[in-house]
Amino acid sequence: MRSRLTLRFIALGYLFLLLAAPVGLVFFRTFEHGFGPAWEAVTTPEAQHAFWLTMVMVGVAVPINTIFGVITAIVLVRQRFPGKALMNAAIDLPFAVSPVVIGLALVLVYGNTGWFGGWLTEQGIQVIFSIPGMILATIFVSLPFVVREVVPVLREIGTEQEQAASTLGSNWWQTFWRITLPSIRWGLTYGIVLATARALGEFGAVSVVSGKLSGETETATLFVEQRFHQFDLTGAYAASVVLALMAMIVLLSMNLLNTRRRS
Amino acid sequence: MRVPRIPGAALAGGISMLYLSVIVLIPLAAVVSRSLDGGIDAFWTAVTNEQALASLRITLIAAAVVAVINAFSGTLIAWVLVRDEFRGKNFVNSLIDLPFALPTIVAGLTLLALYGPRSPVGVDIAYTQTAIVLALLFVTLPFVVRTVQPVLIELDRDMEEAAASLGASNFTIFRRIILPNLIPAILAGVALAFARAVGEFGSLVLITGNLPFKTEVASVFIFGQIESDRVTGAAAVSVVLLVISFVVLLGISFLSRWGSKHAQ
Repeated sequence: MRSRLTLRFIALGYLFLLLAAPVGLVFFRTFEHGFGPAWEAVTTPEAQHAFWLTMVMVGVAVPINTIFGVITAIVLVRQRFPGKALMNAAIDLPFAVSPVVIGLALVLVYGNTGWFGGWLTEQGIQVIFSIPGMILATIFVSLPFVVREVVPVLREIGTEQEQAASTLGSNWWQTFWRITLPSIRWGLTYGIVLATARALGEFGAVSVVSGKLSGETETATLFVEQRFHQFDLTGAYAASVVLALMAMIVLLSMNLLNTRRRS
Repeated sequence: MRVPRIPGAALAGGISMLYLSVIVLIPLAAVVSRSLDGGIDAFWTAVTNEQALASLRITLIAAAVVAVINAFSGTLIAWVLVRDEFRGKNFVNSLIDLPFALPTIVAGLTLLALYGPRSPVGVDIAYTQTAIVLALLFVTLPFVVRTVQPVLIELDRDMEEAAASLGASNFTIFRRIILPNLIPAILAGVALAFARAVGEFGSLVLITGNLPFKTEVASVFIFGQIESDRVTGAAAVSVVLLVISFVVLLGISFLSRWGSKHAQ
């Protein structure tokens, strides 16, 4: 019993010192002088623009990754083709590659001197140091989540119901919409939540491809860094608290979804 | 009976492959290609540049230290979450995922608030190598916990009870019965944590001060090279990081195969 209490004490102490105390302190520091200064700091035009831009990133990257994620998961589970193992491995790459390397990779392809840069410039399209590049970076880092959550569910449900539906004359879209999608809905939602969290918080890759123009190409995470470097700790803390609250909403939805999935 | 096919199944496969190529594969190929622009000699010169080597060494040592600490702390936390009962356990359990959900720049800022120059408890480790380890411990916390936890839950208690009735001490039971079953999961979690630590950027930029030869990790070095337009140097060090990630990913898939064999 004593040893059990000791282990509990060590584990909880470790979590407190590493997680709870630092995050708690930032909340405290933000509201140290009341709610007013914090509110002002996150409602400046730059801050509002930064959060709006973060929402744009999430709003574009997550739906794209959801659609392609479901297609890719179906392809991986239901089809056999040469190169399938390669594709399966390639999907996990964004988990393993440093965000800075991801940013560099996009610059080398879509930047002015990159592989497609010349052609893009001729068409008058600027990708790097502008919003399309930041969206590409966000798509890259949040790409695996939907696929990885949907693949095991698809494997588990098998194809019997889908076969029954098609025997009864439903076309592929009806089968997908009425049979497949309802079966994968919780796994899919879980994947979307994870992808949203990743897209909200991305810093390194976006940092490389953004021009870091305040009020133009600055997302919420870049805004936190910029405020910190401008010695505006209130601004940095307040924006961090907003991002941390979003993270906590994500955690809460993960918990709810996990209970749902188990029942 | 045949599996009902999506019309143009090949088309769906083609779309997926095209998507992956445009977003992931072509850009990563561009990094490898760019690193070899000046031939293998230029690549070697860029990688063996003193500052690059120092950043790689700091990164690998810090990631290794963090991986080892995680092996212990992660297993301990998983054990407490599965075998212990206390009020607020569910809350603590969901707190474990916070580092996955919290933006890395915010993670760095929160650590700096408590353990930096303005620390209310007088602990200032900012701009030291300890800060690298601390930030990496924060962002890698969930890996070992989340790989070990399900294995512990599934673990059959009969053997432990048998050992206890034969007079084995708690420590002996843990070492001889529980631990052997956990090893594949611990190693998988450690490998994931190591891979994440090697590439980490956001949580480190504020708290490490990015001092070359002291606290500058590889990802920060690459970032600096890009900013100062030395793209080939950035690409060369990036390729080293990519190779490390590949090796770790291969190791993980090997471990998971070994783990499933082990379980049989």
